[in-house]
Amino acid sequence: METASSRPVAPAAHTHWLTRLNAGDWLFAIAIIFGAGAAYSRYGQMMDTYEDAILFLHVPILIGLGWAWRPFRLFAAAVAALSLTSIWFYQGDLARAEQVFFLKYLISSQTAVSWMSVFFFTATGAYWIGLASRSDSAGRIGCAMTWIAAVMGTTGLFVRWYESYLLGPDIGHIPVSNLYEVFVFFSLITALLYLFYEGRYNTRKLGAFVLPVISAAVIFLLWYSFTRDAYQIQPLVPALQSYWMKIHVPANFIGYGGFAIAAMIGIAYLLVSRGRLASRLPELHVLEDVMYKAIAIGFAFFTIATILGALWAAEAWGSYWQWDPKETWALIVWINYAAWLHMRLTRNLRGAMLAWWAVVGLFVTTFAFVGVNMFLSGLHSYGSL
Amino acid sequence: MQHPTKRASFLDDLIELLSSMRFAISLLTVLAIASVIGTVVLQNQPANAYLNQFGQFWDPVFSRIGLYAVYNSGWFIAILAFLVLSTTLCIIRQFTPMLREIRGFRERAREASLRNFSHRASLEPTLPPEERSAAAIAYLTGEGFRFRVDEREGSTLIAAKRGSLGRFGYLLAHSAIVLICLGGLLDSNLPLALQMRLFGKTAVSGNMTFADVPASARLGPGNWSFRGNVYIPEGKISGYSVINVDEGVLLQPLPFTVELKRFHVDHYETGMPKRYASEVVITDNESGEVFERTLEVNKPFEHRGITLYQSGFDDGGSLLRFTVHGMTAGEHPAFPLNTEVGATIPLASSGGHTLEITGFRPINVENLSAPGSSGPPSTSFLGSGARAAGNNLRNLGPLYSYILRDPAGQAREYNNYMQPVQIAGHWYLISGVRTSRTDDVSWLRIPLDDDGSADAWFSIHQSFFVPERQVALIERFISHNPDKDERKSLKTVAGHVLTLFTKGGLEAIENFTVTNVPEDKRDEADMAFIQVLQSLTWEAWMMSREAAGKSVMEPDEINAPYLRDAFFALTASLRYGAPFYLQLTNFEQRQASVLQATRSPGKPLVYFGSLLLVLGVFAMLYIRERRLFVLFKKDEALVAMSSNRKTIDLNETFIRHCDGLAAALGASASQG
Ligand code: HEM
Repeated sequence: METASSRPVAPAAHTHWLTRLNAGDWLFAIAIIFGAGAAYSRYGQMMDTYEDAILFLHVPILIGLGWAWRPFRLFAAAVAALSLTSIWFYQGDLARAEQVFFLKYLISSQTAVSWMSVFFFTATGAYWIGLASRSDSAGRIGCAMTWIAAVMGTTGLFVRWYESYLLGPDIGHIPVSNLYEVFVFFSLITALLYLFYEGRYNTRKLGAFVLPVISAAVIFLLWYSFTRDAYQIQPLVPALQSYWMKIHVPANFIGYGGFAIAAMIGIAYLLVSRGRLASRLPELHVLEDVMYKAIAIGFAFFTIATILGALWAAEAWGSYWQWDPKETWALIVWINYAAWLHMRLTRNLRGAMLAWWAVVGLFVTTFAFVGVNMFLSGLHSYGSL
Repeated sequence: MQHPTKRASFLDDLIELLSSMRFAISLLTVLAIASVIGTVVLQNQPANAYLNQFGQFWDPVFSRIGLYAVYNSGWFIAILAFLVLSTTLCIIRQFTPMLREIRGFRERAREASLRNFSHRASLEPTLPPEERSAAAIAYLTGEGFRFRVDEREGSTLIAAKRGSLGRFGYLLAHSAIVLICLGGLLDSNLPLALQMRLFGKTAVSGNMTFADVPASARLGPGNWSFRGNVYIPEGKISGYSVINVDEGVLLQPLPFTVELKRFHVDHYETGMPKRYASEVVITDNESGEVFERTLEVNKPFEHRGITLYQSGFDDGGSLLRFTVHGMTAGEHPAFPLNTEVGATIPLASSGGHTLEITGFRPINVENLSAPGSSGPPSTSFLGSGARAAGNNLRNLGPLYSYILRDPAGQAREYNNYMQPVQIAGHWYLISGVRTSRTDDVSWLRIPLDDDGSADAWFSIHQSFFVPERQVALIERFISHNPDKDERKSLKTVAGHVLTLFTKGGLEAIENFTVTNVPEDKRDEADMAFIQVLQSLTWEAWMMSREAAGKSVMEPDEINAPYLRDAFFALTASLRYGAPFYLQLTNFEQRQASVLQATRSPGKPLVYFGSLLLVLGVFAMLYIRERRLFVLFKKDEALVAMSSNRKTIDLNETFIRHCDGLAAALGASASQG
């Protein structure tokens, strides 16, 4: 590690992390607390203890995210601003989605999601140009586009949430309950995870690999909503009216997102290890590290998700594990990445083998995600195609 | 004297293998692949379904190797057992070394080995020697390290570390896997299989009352692991749960009785189900405690270690009142019939048919929009997610099903809607019929007259099919024609056509023309005959209207549709295959709720294991173990760092700590 010794000494490098926070961080924290407080004072009487708990847990989580990952603060602010504007425009009347220009063409849920799609596509293009022409500015544009897409998508989901309540208090629910909604969610989570790593490893070169997955998801989303009217807000059938579901699904998609990224990095790894694009992409050990981090976070959250799924199944179907196809495939995915993590710990199974495994893993994951609903019958009522 | 050692070494090798990471990986891979099978082959289906699917040859093979219940098959359990064994051995082998790792600081580390670390740097402190250790320690503790100091001749080693908890993560996560597998085993159907073996329990089939079930098919009340269904009609009480095992059932007495007061299904206005709820009264057999509860999906209730879930519903013998419209030759005034779902009724009146009322559903929401008829394309991309596009869901009201067996034993299944259904602006009574589950339904659509009743059509039907009525019909039909001779010929033609039609429908008429009319005249003749039939239909209609004291009309485009539909219905009625039309006039719904009763002793184990698993996994993946060594020599401070995971951030942290230490020791870093 000679590099260390040749660097100039950073003055007072060791300071407690709290003291590294700046004004922006504190402002963000205050805003979050204030927001949560406002939400509680407004809707508190309609919320049960579970929802109270969720609300208050969000405060530290969001603040933590914002502090650990500064760009997130701006993201959160933008989403909040847009969502609130949209809600303000609605004034409790769904019909206004058609009448008010801003709603119809900008920030009603459908429109926002459509914008998200547009921006994800352009981001993909920008990243590709960046890779092809080694231009950093193109990469920067791609990054910006991805951020905007994420903002629009998240806003879309928040507004959709609000809209669902306008349909009727008994219909309203958090939009993580059908295949359409979770696809939006998947695109968002994957994008945010990617953006996090992009900042962390400060390289914009991997966008060209990660964004295509998101675009693919978006294309499916558009096809699905177009051919099946899937974009309609549907009330929840009894089995889906579960607290567990509301955490289970998001946790799942952090998992899927991580695995998707890992697979695409895996492809980059295989290319570089064959000397292709080597000069344009990060070095192998960096790629390997990103792959590991992505799978690690994916695995951790997928573990939670699978367990929550079991808890939910226990309440809805009377048994925490029934080897229902969706459950079983979740297990298969999980086991697959457990194996991956172990391979990484064994001396001579690393390198290309791991990359291949991660790539194949995405197919397994995709099947567990959509394939099961398409081809196998099971208890998971939502999103059967 | 060789033997023991040999065996010992063999055992060591075996353990070595089982607890090796590679074995774990292969095991996990095998498990994953094995799990796939059960998702591809539908599990636990009735035997004949498999026979149809895989055929004479493969079916026995597949069932032999347990493809029809993969997750209970011996070999699958064996894989899991190996996973447990391997993990356990793995934990045992890692346990002591890990504890050592967690406790120890490696303060005995040699200078030479430190110099081999991949992360090392050498600093030249300007601080006076006696203050150096203190300064370094201050920095390290500030960074959350714990440390040991080792004074050696001519040098001091500060061995510091943090994040040892990550190692605990390994122990937690992996013992969690063992716990979960064991818990799962307790809740699998292994206990049931064992009981059936040990106590010679055998499933019974065929419908019998609980009282008739033999002791050999009753499980003990003390059974500590089971999962079965409790079927209770409204207003009834049950104290048993029924466990389905291969083709038959076992009876599991419960330590309490469940009475179903009411069962509700609430719907959203879209017609989607919103809530299934059973209002039950649970009475403990011993203490006589009484619990009034409402069981819902996702809201189970537990008593005496048994959990009750809302798992389904069924008809509990609804009372149905029918009007029976005769549809065969011979005078049949419509007559009433009162019965209930589940009843089997021999019908002497209609030549020895038997009627089985099989089902009743008061609410039936159908999507009546033609497929793909959604709103304009743009709608799915702009606006709110709330717009109801094209599809128009409609509640078609009560649907009742029955099976009719003719004397020959040939069964037909009928599904009728109680209320008229509007199709393309016209109203119909609708009845679907099929001879077996597999072939598709053919519909009888009976048009409604302007008074909204189907009676006119039944009367038309009688005029066509009842000989005495036929005469009157034909008389009326020819009466409009002034010419006497034409009337005579018309009469014979009409009579002929009518008999042909009532025997064999339009086919019969076609066959007739094919055999008796020259090629070039056939279409003409067919047209003529059909015209006759249609005017007969018209006349029959008018007759019925007169009989009912309603106005007689002139044919025009307003009443043309009725005429058309009535005629279609007549042709369809020939294929209807029932001697009567069963029209539901009134009902009193009785529902039944299906609860699931489970006792799962493994659950706490599994849940606790899951908790450990989450903690363990996060600890392993996110608590990084870092060991930092600072070796002070005369005019050098050697900094070396290691971790149990290779990740890039190790470099970063190392650089940070080097800078930190350099700052603390007032050193300018130099080549080591
Ligand atoms: C479903 C089964 C298993 C799961 C989910 C699982 C999960 C994990 C995870 C997540 C890690 C951390 C990997 C990392 O830090 O990158 C790990 C490490 C490890 N696993 Fe497993 N494991 C399983 C089975 C096994 C088995 C059967 C063995 C032994 C034969 C084993 C041995 C190990 C060892 C030795 C480590 C490294 C521990 C360390 O160095 O800190 N695992 N396991």
